[in-house]
Amino acid sequence: QIFINNEWHDSVSGKKFAVFNPANEEKICEVEEGDKADIDKAVKAARKAFELGSPWRTMDASERGRLLNKLADLVERDRLILATMEAIDGGKLFSTAYLMDLGGCVKTLRYCAGWADKIHGRTVPMDGNFFTFTRHEPIGVCGQIIPWNFPLVMFIWKIAPALCCGNTVVVKPAEQTPLTALYMGSLIKEAGFPPGVVNIVPGFGPTAGAAISHHMDIDKVSFTGSTEVGQLIKEAAGQSNLKRVTLELGGKSPNIIFADADLDAAVEFAHIGLFYHQGQCCIAGSRIFVEEPIYDEFVRRSIERAKKYTLGNPLLPGVQQGPQIDKEQFKKILELIESGKKEGAKLECGGGPWGDKGYFIQPTVFSNVTDDMRIAKEEIFGPVQQIMKFKTIDEVIKRANNTSYGLAAAVFTKDIDKALTFAAALQAGTVWVNCYSAVSPQCPFGGFKMSGNGREMGEYGLHEYTEVKTVTIKIPQKNS
Amino acid sequence: MAALNGAVENGQPDRKVPPLPRPLRSLEVKYTKIFINNEWHESTSGKKFPTYNPSTLEKICDIEEGDKPDVDNAVEAAKAAFQRGSPWRQMDAPSRGRLLHKLADLLERDRVILATLETMDTGKPFLQAYFIDLEGCIKTLRYYAGWADKIQGRTIPVDENFVCFTRHEPMGVCGAITPWNFPLLMLVWKMAPALCCGNTLVIKPAEQTPLTSLYIGSLIKEVGFPPGVVNIVPGYGPTAGAAISTHDNIDKIAFTGSTKVGKLIKEAASKSNLKRVTLELGGKNPCIVCADADLDLAVECAHQGVFFNQGQCCTAASRVFVEEQIYPEFVKRSVEFAKKRLVGDPFDARTEQGPQIDQKQFDKILELIESGKKEGAKLECGGLAIEDRGLYIKPTVFSEVTDNMRIAKEEIFGPVQPIMKFKSIEEVIRRANSTEYGLTAAVFTKNLDRALTLASALQSGTVWINCYNALYAQAPFGGFKMSGNGRELGEYALAEYTEVKTVTIKLSQKSP
Repeated sequence: QIFINNEWHDSVSGKKFAVFNPANEEKICEVEEGDKADIDKAVKAARKAFELGSPWRTMDASERGRLLNKLADLVERDRLILATMEAIDGGKLFSTAYLMDLGGCVKTLRYCAGWADKIHGRTVPMDGNFFTFTRHEPIGVCGQIIPWNFPLVMFIWKIAPALCCGNTVVVKPAEQTPLTALYMGSLIKEAGFPPGVVNIVPGFGPTAGAAISHHMDIDKVSFTGSTEVGQLIKEAAGQSNLKRVTLELGGKSPNIIFADADLDAAVEFAHIGLFYHQGQCCIAGSRIFVEEPIYDEFVRRSIERAKKYTLGNPLLPGVQQGPQIDKEQFKKILELIESGKKEGAKLECGGGPWGDKGYFIQPTVFSNVTDDMRIAKEEIFGPVQQIMKFKTIDEVIKRANNTSYGLAAAVFTKDIDKALTFAAALQAGTVWVNCYSAVSPQCPFGGFKMSGNGREMGEYGLHEYTEVKTVTIKIPQKNS
Repeated sequence: MAALNGAVENGQPDRKVPPLPRPLRSLEVKYTKIFINNEWHESTSGKKFPTYNPSTLEKICDIEEGDKPDVDNAVEAAKAAFQRGSPWRQMDAPSRGRLLHKLADLLERDRVILATLETMDTGKPFLQAYFIDLEGCIKTLRYYAGWADKIQGRTIPVDENFVCFTRHEPMGVCGAITPWNFPLLMLVWKMAPALCCGNTLVIKPAEQTPLTSLYIGSLIKEVGFPPGVVNIVPGYGPTAGAAISTHDNIDKIAFTGSTKVGKLIKEAASKSNLKRVTLELGGKNPCIVCADADLDLAVECAHQGVFFNQGQCCTAASRVFVEEQIYPEFVKRSVEFAKKRLVGDPFDARTEQGPQIDQKQFDKILELIESGKKEGAKLECGGLAIEDRGLYIKPTVFSEVTDNMRIAKEEIFGPVQPIMKFKSIEEVIRRANSTEYGLTAAVFTKNLDRALTLASALQSGTVWINCYNALYAQAPFGGFKMSGNGRELGEYALAEYTEVKTVTIKLSQKSP
């Protein structure tokens, strides 16, 4: 059901929608379908909880931190339930959900809990006889739209910094994967957050999501998802009330392997960097540039690695790859695979669907990929690895940067000059050296160019959830 | 009397009169073309547009009219100047700072020329242009010159065997669209932090007031900024301005102007390439005077707060809330001040108020004044234009104003002071915050609790206590709600002009 003011509600329209298990295409259950009317209710509750003098606004900052830590405790207590739910709803391998997703959630909650009473303004030495200081206030009611690839992790990445800074939130989880977000509602109530601080409205993008991005009483919208929808959200924010916008969007991230790299490590990182969670990561290393001298060997080892997969029910041990999230993604990935074949890339393994039920696709590797092919330009979001060849540093920098995306990038080399040249030259929000997918709540994460606006996590993430107020008080005489 | 920086410190007029600078009476306008790659260009279309002096209504000169092809050329130059390996990208950070200091030096050298140009183009009193606008420009340049080599990333303690650090890189090519009320100052507010952080710029000054922005192009070249780092394309909003906000090769846009246009810009940024956006928009700023305030101080601050720059400030104190007990006395003293305000030729050293910027603004202000009369506010003084020809409006005071009147809700941007009454602090907080704007607010009181309660409660980017328009380069400035997105000035502006990159390097062994 819909979670508003720490209570469970039916949808105003009475409608529900179905949630499916992508491993077997069966319906798991039905969920109340929120639309504009429900968003309006949620915003009212969030606005009231944000009023001056409310329990949330008058709470000590340290107490906000304590609540976040308590929430982390409850997530740890119910880790098994949440991991199972995430695996069934999202097609995620259970072991990955338990170890990686839930691990990340708990760490992020505890990291942000620690910041709560360290949101510092400044005193500013202004000219004239004044005492000037800044307050870093919460922005207000934050609308947060969550994707389906890491439903619980993305939910926590949004609410943790928002709550840490004292905001109230209205969250719309992805329609494919609302279950863990709704379960979190019960934990939020149990932890003791005042009513209205967190509200969760499941529903669809064009209805509930659009209601958020257009809402005249939401002060900020934060979205993780496709670049296409990200643009619509920022547009809506401009058309409505100039709400502040943070976007985490798509990527076509380059992974650059030099001849002097540790080849085993490079192959493994490149593999996991692409195939993790069935390729459904914004940071997927989907353009692998390998220096000519080691190209053939790299391709050979990558194919070997990709062939070692068992596909199947993500709840079962021994399964290494689950299904894609839904039919729409499934068809899009297969279409892009066909384009790869048609445009002349060499299909090294995989290249088609697997099994007779569920949205499974065989791990696929293409070599001899050239930059103009669709598989080299468009975000696939599936288990399809592109390997291309390069000769020189300047060439590969230019090719790596030749995209409107800019989320992540990696370089594998032992040479210090190469490593630091690439760290500066690559137009990406995160650059990994001799590793891939190293993401942690301490580090800011976000996109250059059309991969996003703003940063999440780290101290930088706090900036996105505060509004700065300058207070200037006249005094009789200033002394430094 | 206009006080330094528009901020009134002690309410006492300055007794000592230093030798005042004099404007240049027959100044020839040298720079009227488009500035790209440190060179002056004619417009691609061959078109020009006139710029007028609002106090004489005469044309000053014609300016090359930039449009999309000119913006494209400017962006190309700015992009080339931003390439890896370019002189600008390779320059040491402190050298960027030195260039900004040198630019400040040249502004000081040419201060009288620039103040004269600004007065000709905007109608603002010459002494205000000289002492306030130019002072702000010079100080802001020097402030950011000092930051250039202190743009610091962090090293970050992550789990496991990694070295993690952040780089605060320049964003790239920044578009800047500046307004006509403080043409040079608003340009420097954008240029200084942008250049300090290593970006390149494409600037479109307001079509009403391009002269000082173009002059600064000549100084940019003289100082020695590499070609393409700063480019200036005069022109109109729907053509040159729109070309900037929709441009796929501009990485960030900064705009100061109306909320209506700010929304269009954010929309255009989203539809095109998700360029980053900073907006400084309108305001309907509350000025709250409590019964225990220093009354003389409050009256003078509220007066300057609304009438400064002919009322054409985003920070204008356009809703004055006065506690009931002192209301009649406050109105009486405010009317005295308004009646004494000297309106006239902006080149005359005694003038405090010049003309409004153009016919469109003039008509709009008079229309709002009429609405005040019609909707039942009490007209205390002024209320009409000064003569048959010209854009001068009498300083106008309305009392008995209620919150539902148009003059209490809409941004007037003219010399009109609406004064309303309040009873309690809770009530005035609610009324002050009942607006979609949120730029500045002011409070006059001697009581500590009241001051700090109001400082917390007012939904404004800046709260002034016992002062007004105290604006300096060190303190961040910007709007809550629909008065803007982001902050200018202070350390905070640096965040608006940098793109954060996280670098994570795996080690074979962890180092503590």
